[in-house]
Amino acid sequence: MRYLPLTRADRAAMLDTIGASSVDELYCDVPDGALLDAPVDLPSHLGEMQVERDMMALAAKNMGASSVPSFLGAGAYRHHVPATVDYVIQRGEFLTAYTPYQPEIAQGTLQYLFEFQTQVASITGMDVANASMWDGATSCAEAVLMACRATRRKKAVLSGGLHPHYREVTETYCQYSDTEVAGRDGHPEHQATVEELNDLIDDQTACVVVQYPDVFGRLQDHTQLAELCHAKGALLVVVFTEAVAFGAVKSPGSFGADIVCGEGQSIGNALNYGGPYVGLFATTQKLVRQMPGRLCGETVDQDGKRGFVLTLSTREQHIRREKATSNICTNSGLCSLAFTVHMSLLGEDGYRRLATLNHENACKAADAIDAVDGASVVNDSFFNEFTVKLSKPAAEVVEALVAKGILAGVPLSRLYPNRSDLDNYLLVAVTETNTDEDIAALASALKEALA
Amino acid sequence: MNFTTHTGNRGLVLEEQLIFEQGQPGRTGVDLPEPKGTKSRLGGLDRDSDVGLPGLSEPQVVRHFTRLSQKNYGIDAGFFPLGSCTMKHNPRLNEKVARLPGLADLHPMQPESTVQGALELIDQCAHWLLVLTGMPAVSMSPAAGAQGELCGMMAIRAALDARGENRRRVLVPESAHGTNPATAAACGFTVDSIPATEDGRVDLAAFEAKLGDDVAGIMLTNPNTCGLFERDVRKIADLVHEAGGYFYCDGANFNAIVGRVRPADLGIDAMHINLHKTFSTPHGGGGPGSGPVVFSEALAPFAPIPYVVKKGDGFHLVETADEEDGMQPFGRLKGFHGQMGMFIRALTYMKSHGADGLRQASGDAVLNANYLLARLKDKLSVAFPGYCMHEALFDDGFLKDTGVSTLDLAKAIIDEGFHPMTMYFPLVVHGALLIEPTETETKESIDQFCDAILSLVAKAESGDAEFFKNAPYLTPRRRLDETAAARKPVLRWKPETA
Amino acid sequence: MTKKFSQEHEWIELEDGVATVGITDYAQQSLGDIVYVELPEVGKKLTKDGDAAVVESVKAASDVYAPLDGEIVEVNEELDDNPALVNEAPESDGWFFRMTLTDESQLDELMDEAAYKDFVEGL
Repeated sequence: MRYLPLTRADRAAMLDTIGASSVDELYCDVPDGALLDAPVDLPSHLGEMQVERDMMALAAKNMGASSVPSFLGAGAYRHHVPATVDYVIQRGEFLTAYTPYQPEIAQGTLQYLFEFQTQVASITGMDVANASMWDGATSCAEAVLMACRATRRKKAVLSGGLHPHYREVTETYCQYSDTEVAGRDGHPEHQATVEELNDLIDDQTACVVVQYPDVFGRLQDHTQLAELCHAKGALLVVVFTEAVAFGAVKSPGSFGADIVCGEGQSIGNALNYGGPYVGLFATTQKLVRQMPGRLCGETVDQDGKRGFVLTLSTREQHIRREKATSNICTNSGLCSLAFTVHMSLLGEDGYRRLATLNHENACKAADAIDAVDGASVVNDSFFNEFTVKLSKPAAEVVEALVAKGILAGVPLSRLYPNRSDLDNYLLVAVTETNTDEDIAALASALKEALA
Repeated sequence: MNFTTHTGNRGLVLEEQLIFEQGQPGRTGVDLPEPKGTKSRLGGLDRDSDVGLPGLSEPQVVRHFTRLSQKNYGIDAGFFPLGSCTMKHNPRLNEKVARLPGLADLHPMQPESTVQGALELIDQCAHWLLVLTGMPAVSMSPAAGAQGELCGMMAIRAALDARGENRRRVLVPESAHGTNPATAAACGFTVDSIPATEDGRVDLAAFEAKLGDDVAGIMLTNPNTCGLFERDVRKIADLVHEAGGYFYCDGANFNAIVGRVRPADLGIDAMHINLHKTFSTPHGGGGPGSGPVVFSEALAPFAPIPYVVKKGDGFHLVETADEEDGMQPFGRLKGFHGQMGMFIRALTYMKSHGADGLRQASGDAVLNANYLLARLKDKLSVAFPGYCMHEALFDDGFLKDTGVSTLDLAKAIIDEGFHPMTMYFPLVVHGALLIEPTETETKESIDQFCDAILSLVAKAESGDAEFFKNAPYLTPRRRLDETAAARKPVLRWKPETA
Repeated sequence: MTKKFSQEHEWIELEDGVATVGITDYAQQSLGDIVYVELPEVGKKLTKDGDAAVVESVKAASDVYAPLDGEIVEVNEELDDNPALVNEAPESDGWFFRMTLTDESQLDELMDEAAYKDFVEGL
């Protein structure tokens, strides 16, 4: 078998050295009857050609978002990833390396992590960032847990603009601790005022969590909210799902956020049907020791040369065990490398221009959709995603457009199955990958479906 | 001949600055269309300051990351015997398939009718895991092993709550991986440590004495972190069940038994599987991983959302807790549906190996480890007697009076062209060295490693401790000052420090 | 007052009703280079053998326990910028915190310098 190099002769020689008569003898501790004497009931090995054929057959049963006009967002965004990114992450020295616990032979990984941390801190406008988490939703949960540790308080308020998956994951993570999570229901046409949120903050509130842009695509200045939180000793956590946004809008750090976290998939990573993605996590200098996840720091070696190492690891599970800041071990290495490479290619000019293009295309699409009878864009503000109110249930409209070969957007009913008041709303995302033809096709198909 | 070059480069070993130190304004690695200048609708929040990112052209970026990669050791370069990590070969077919159009470019929120192939793929991968473990149910969503543990323990907590029982004590062997107690604490449990016996296994009598009606269950790694099969595992399962608790199995070491032993036959209630260990998905310098969890009938109803079910002729993704009768999911663990990219790679690996190949893989893994053990046991101090499973454990007894520590030995191994073994884990053994060759190593490769280790041990015994204290000598960077890094952490580049 | 020592390698010295607490030279040697000390908040109430502080080296984080019942009145802020002080002067300038005692007689349960020296030699 092509991945298993031992020959019969090898095995015989090795058993001889060991002094055992068979491989089965090495399994002598397995209880009677539990050691199987034949392969399990699954197919036998296959050559590359056949495996490829089988997997391509599975792929052929799907409608890839890159093969049709596609306007899906809701926490994952289709962007163009330059060819260099995939080439770099497939280099064996990156692909097959381990966590950099032996820094002398892992300076490649460590240096890019240091660059990654700097890039994440820069785009979020914060002091420091970690070496990645699993995804935006788990980062949000970890941010709430961190806020509780840092303030020694037990309540978290989640605004209605937070992605429902992020809310669900945070509630799941906190359900067996004494942290009380107060999630609010949102609506695309109503937004909680700062005063309303302020009323929910008391001296037991560890943090308020808002999303920017929010799940319905709206943008809001959170400076005042940050001040109100701080006045009451609480932290402001700002979450995001679209990392490209900060190329066009003010950073969450500029509001005075204490923790900024979210999804980095948009930069360097394909859609991959939902995973693997990459959680970004940043905070202030003051809170750095409370931050979960791995951290890469600068130092020097014996010869005085600059180098990098994992640091502040005493916070982590392998040392603190039950008192760790988090149980996270493996994070999102290769996805964070993809992010770093893509950001390196973009640079200041590229990143800002990419964001501008996204917004301009979204404006174009919003106008085209507004012009369709039975469809109206409800947002006053948006970056590259907005909510559309339709005259028919959005899920039906989306299915009708699938038949025409268009992925029109995410019906809010998919995100909120128990909120029938949201059935007629559709979340539409537009990126630099959407052409004028795509937008025209969408508008015309919507017109037909809503007639 | 040793001399300093003008550039600081040494032949093929090239120095490389940070991207921030080589960027120039006006340089970019992408060509994007000119913006039209449309009036913005950003709610007055238009960015009014620079982000602070450096500009580099594509050639610079390629060169930068290529140079960085040359400072990394990987499985592709050589033997990587990290105990407990299963550093086996990462097949390239997996990478090719994961990038197929129709797989890589699927959005997680596409209508189900447009992703039936994806749902079928997840179902197939799940099926392989169910048959290999003998268990009736599986949750595919956890993002990595640690999250898989959380999944298993939360299901146990949910099951206990559903029974109206306030059991909060979880028994965890002293030798357990740090994620185990960290996970238990995150589920509101307290951790009670079980000691090991002289032969490296759970002390059954001590375990039995700790049982009570406040015990939620046990978290047991099997094969355990000392690389040994827990002989009493069935007895442990029976005892914990009799006491009303559950058996969580940490499946990090599944590679030793995959295709030869079904954990269901050992009495487990839940087990996480690290796809990035047993099923070859790449370690990527620290992830991404994937940690699906198999469940018994008792725990299956509590599995988190979302999950894939068969529906009519096709497949359906269940995304809400109240959708299916009889299911009481404990919640949601991450955004969307799971690490699809890793399912694709793992399924490709599973189909390539087949049931026969997987059986051969585990047997070869155990054979390789025992061969290594046999070759080294006369000179190194074996921690526990008898055969090992897929990894061999030594303590630092053999280095006594040499003045050389486990760490020093490991640093010298680096100069020999190998990644060191796992050190100082498990904690129950002093100065532990845990060596896992995996099944993808040739006998020649293991022999070369053993020869190098034996020569280093001889050197240590000859009294040359200084040599070891200053190793490694030949790497792009020598030993790094971790104390300074922790005392005055510098976690990012800043313009002022340039 | 003379210094007293606990089995967890803490020292305590009472003066004018306030006790200063730190870790012993033996402890700092075992831990290696100290990189960070997490000190309790002023006003925190301590119970004997309960958690009081955490001392971190590169590879380990160790709990420092309260040797007696009492309340924190002062912490050594020098340690924020200079945790190395614990290595350099563990039994003087590297002190961790000062506390008032609920019950001074608990001091009798601790070891004096000679007893602690014997204890360490037996380890």
